[in-house]
Parts: sequence; structure tokens; C-alpha cells
Amino acid sequence: MDYFLFIILSALTCISALFVVMTKNPMYSVLALVFCLFTIAGHYIMLHAQFLAITHIIVYAGAIMVLFLFVVMLLNLNKENEKHKSPMLRIAASVSAGMLFLTLLASLRSAMPGPYALPEDTGIGLVEYVGRQLFTDYLLPFEVSSILFLSAMIGAVVLAKRETR
Amino acid sequence: MDQTIQAIPQHWYVLLSTFLFSIGVLGVLFRRNAIIILMCIELMLNAVNLLLVSFSAYHNNSDGQVFVFFIMVVAAAEVAVGLALLVSIYRNIGSTDIAMLNKLKW
Repeated sequence: MDYFLFIILSALTCISALFVVMTKNPMYSVLALVFCLFTIAGHYIMLHAQFLAITHIIVYAGAIMVLFLFVVMLLNLNKENEKHKSPMLRIAASVSAGMLFLTLLASLRSAMPGPYALPEDTGIGLVEYVGRQLFTDYLLPFEVSSILFLSAMIGAVVLAKRETR
Repeated sequence: MDQTIQAIPQHWYVLLSTFLFSIGVLGVLFRRNAIIILMCIELMLNAVNLLLVSFSAYHNNSDGQVFVFFIMVVAAAEVAVGLALLVSIYRNIGSTDIAMLNKLKW
């Protein structure tokens, strides 16, 4: 059952990720990426990371992808008028991405002794456990990330503001 | 629960996230639209997140999940600033094609 679910979810993830890259219309690309992120949330639930799965859906599908959709519509990009790179460059891009894949696989293959079976769910993915860790061991990074957010917010407003002259 | 039911080897997750990362790299090299390139960067970040969560689950240690949480925070900030830059670029040159953005090349 778990095998079955994993294979279906992985196939959907890979196909939608390829669709993001291959489709010409940026709108379909965004929608395929939303689907891909939902399947990744499904993987998180299979890995007993329930809190992260919900956060992932809220942050990515709810906030980031809406922002992308908003910009695609605002800039009126939902047309298939993107020029492609020259065939030479496209072949070079595909070959180098494939070679990166092979290199990563070859280097990770020897570094993978690891446990073979997923341990029982001990509740480490629940809000209680992750939250306690976030507010004890990782309190400083948590607070610093708020400064990061503040600066990103100010930066976005300043950059996107129309210049008055 | 029976042990045989839950026996997905971790290699599969490593394989899946390696593949997703490579697709992200392919998109960055392949496309010319800057918005698609930003989306492919999101794809790469998600591949790494999936790998971290799988290691955290298989080793029964939740540090990896906290890291994923922080990566999400950084990704959200990055997307906000990146899209603001794109809107500003579009306002100036009327396109999001990266071939038009060659002023910083030299």
C-alpha cells in the first residue's frame, strides 16, 4: 500500500515538475507548480511530518504561488510568445542537467548506508514537538528570521514602488 | 503496524529529490522567462526540503524539520524580493526576457 502510494505520488511530482519546465504558457507553469507542491505535501504526510505538510501548503500554495499568479497576470504574461533559446543552447542545457543528475546520484550512492525502514510515528512531526524545539534550541534563528522578513518586506515595497520624479 | 508495510527504502527519496533538483537546474538553464526561472529555483528548494524531511523521518530526529521551516521562511522572503525586482524590471524595459538583461554582463 505504501509502496503504491509512494510511486503514484512520485510519478505525479516528477510529471508536474517536468510540465513546469516544458510548458510554454507561464500560467500553466504556475498551476503545475502548485500541483507539484501539493504532491510534495503528500510526501511530507507519508514521512510523518504533519506540521510541515500543513505549513508547506499554507506558505507555498497559499502565499507564494498566489504571488506568482498575481505577477503573471499583472504583467500580462499569460501568452505563449516566449522566444526560445537557440537549439544548441537547449541541447547543452539538457545535457548539463542530465550530467548533474548522474553526478549527484553517483556521489550519493556511496554515501547512503542509512536505515532502510521508516521508523514508527513517534510524534516528532507534530506541532507540539516542533514548536517546543523552535522556541528552545532554535530561538535565536527564529527571532533573526523576523528581521529577515521585515527587511524583505521593506525591500519589496521600495523596489516595486513607482518612481516619482 | 507491520514492519513490512512501512519498508520504503530511503534511497527512493534521495533518488526523487535528486531528480527534482535536476529538473530545477534544467529549467534555469533552459528557459528565458525570468518568472519561470524563479519558479525553478522554488523547485530546487523543495527538492532539498524533501531530502531534509526524509532524513529527519528516517533518523527519528526533528532537527531537519526545523531546518525546513527556516528554508521556507527564506524562500518566502526571496520570492517577495525577486518578484518586486521583476515588476520593477518589467516597468523599465517592458519584458521579463533574461536575454534583454545583458547590461550586467561585462
